[in-house]
Amino acid sequence: MSGATALQARVSRVQAGTTEPAWVRWVLITLALSFIGLFLVLPLAAVFTEALRKGFDAYWQAFQEPDAWAAIRLTLLTALVAVPLNLVFGVAAAWAIAKFDFPGKAFLITMVDLPFSVSPVVAGLIYVLLFGAQGWLGPWLQAHDVKIIFAVPGIVLATVFVTFPFIARELIPLMQAQGADEEQAAQVLGASGWQTFWKVTLPNIRWGLLYGVILCNARAMGEFGAVSVVSGHIRGQTNTMPLHVEILYNEYQSVASMLALLALVTLVIKSIVEWRHARELAASAEVPPERPSTSTASDSVWGAPA
Amino acid sequence: MIVLRSTGGRRVLPGFGLTLGFSLLYLSLIVLIPLSALVFKTFTLTWPQFWEAVSSPRVLASYRLTFGASLIAASVNAVLGLLVAWVLVRYSFFGKKVVDALVDLPFALPTAVAGISLTALLAGNGWIGQWLEPHGIQLAFNPNGVVIALIFIGLPFVVRTVQPVLEDTEKELEEAATCLGATRWQTFSRVIFPAIAPALLTGFAMAFARAIGEYGSVIFIAGNMPMVSEITPLIIISKLEQYDYAGATAVAVVMLLMSFALLLFINALQAWQRRRTGALS
Repeated sequence: MSGATALQARVSRVQAGTTEPAWVRWVLITLALSFIGLFLVLPLAAVFTEALRKGFDAYWQAFQEPDAWAAIRLTLLTALVAVPLNLVFGVAAAWAIAKFDFPGKAFLITMVDLPFSVSPVVAGLIYVLLFGAQGWLGPWLQAHDVKIIFAVPGIVLATVFVTFPFIARELIPLMQAQGADEEQAAQVLGASGWQTFWKVTLPNIRWGLLYGVILCNARAMGEFGAVSVVSGHIRGQTNTMPLHVEILYNEYQSVASMLALLALVTLVIKSIVEWRHARELAASAEVPPERPSTSTASDSVWGAPA
Repeated sequence: MIVLRSTGGRRVLPGFGLTLGFSLLYLSLIVLIPLSALVFKTFTLTWPQFWEAVSSPRVLASYRLTFGASLIAASVNAVLGLLVAWVLVRYSFFGKKVVDALVDLPFALPTAVAGISLTALLAGNGWIGQWLEPHGIQLAFNPNGVVIALIFIGLPFVVRTVQPVLEDTEKELEEAATCLGATRWQTFSRVIFPAIAPALLTGFAMAFARAIGEYGSVIFIAGNMPMVSEITPLIIISKLEQYDYAGATAVAVVMLLMSFALLLFINALQAWQRRRTGALS
């Protein structure tokens, strides 16, 4: 008996040795929550309070303004072009990189990440150097009456650049982990290339794909620096929502609160996607899972040059 | 089976040429050709002109601010990000899931909105500013504001790189350390910390790289006084506004070289991290 209790005492001491005393835990939790509260919750609360300062009527009025509407439309249009373009690229690049071996693969992955580490201002500048009035193609574009810089195409291009890696970055590690076995099986069974993609690959990557699209969309709608360089800030024509926010800096910030709301919706959808993905992984893992199931989706860091 | 394998499963799947070709074309059109425009534009400058553009006192002051503030912010993020990751992985408390989701807010919130709301908080009449101003503490419209905005922007990087590694560390190692008589602090500093150090350094480097290029959130809170609180990306913008394309390009090339160096550094760090985790398992 005494041996058993002695053993129990030792086991509990070892268990206590793998965590901290209660007071340390509480201090650490309090510190972390204060940091999060001060740096994340408070600014978020400030956006909504500022926006609603003059009441709901003024808030809605600000949306009625034609310039605000134009900004919202332009932002939606930009995201609507940029996200599908980068989606197609992301899937194509991930297919080539994950399913095949070729020389220079590591270098290609680094190049895909490149836009993450370029300052948004530099991203805008390079398009001005290419398409601007004094740029390489400037004279030709002017002769043919095509406007890219200080117009919508420039805004879309700059947005495509800054959101370039998001979906590819999400899919490459996912598809590399999945390997090519299932696709090869489909091929052996006589499926065509498209059938293999739609019926085998796509169902396997759909959560990662959705995840990448959400991140890409959030950045596309919120980009400021790059778009600011190429837009020319023409009210009602080339102002996206973030640029409109800048103009109204000292007025009530309805559009800012709308963007903040959009950010919250993004976080909620992202959490749901992560949660669904984790559940599916757990359900499909009849073989013991190699690692905690949530890690596939949350492993990667947004904007992480990996 | 052996025959199948020896022919190589490599090109069994279709679409290699199509997907790789498209990827390379798109990469060239969107990223590589425009970036090369930057390099070629620099060649139109003579060396003294280039040197003049990238080393005038105002530009030098902006490098000091950008790199200094980014370094401080990334260091703060390393310490507090480790704390947040630790608390999220190791402890359970009310609202943990919400906090976990909120960590990504700086990624999801447009930077302009972040800048404006931080300014509204810290300005003399803001929620926080009004308590600090009587004591002579000013956090907005000076370099302090730059650091605070950059801490906000870089917050998720360290948390999200350290979190999965911390989840994967083996409890058995800690139990072994305790059985061998280590105190909790010794276990942390000698067993846990070495395991998460590469991830922590990677997160730090990512936060630093992001902070150097950041523009949207900083310009609202910085005050943008030349020589004092003007960041390097803003220098590029103001040169552009004066139609000094060559000068803007020269400064941009300096920033681009910095980005390249950091990208290579981060890649090396991650290779190191992979080797270590590979060696462990």
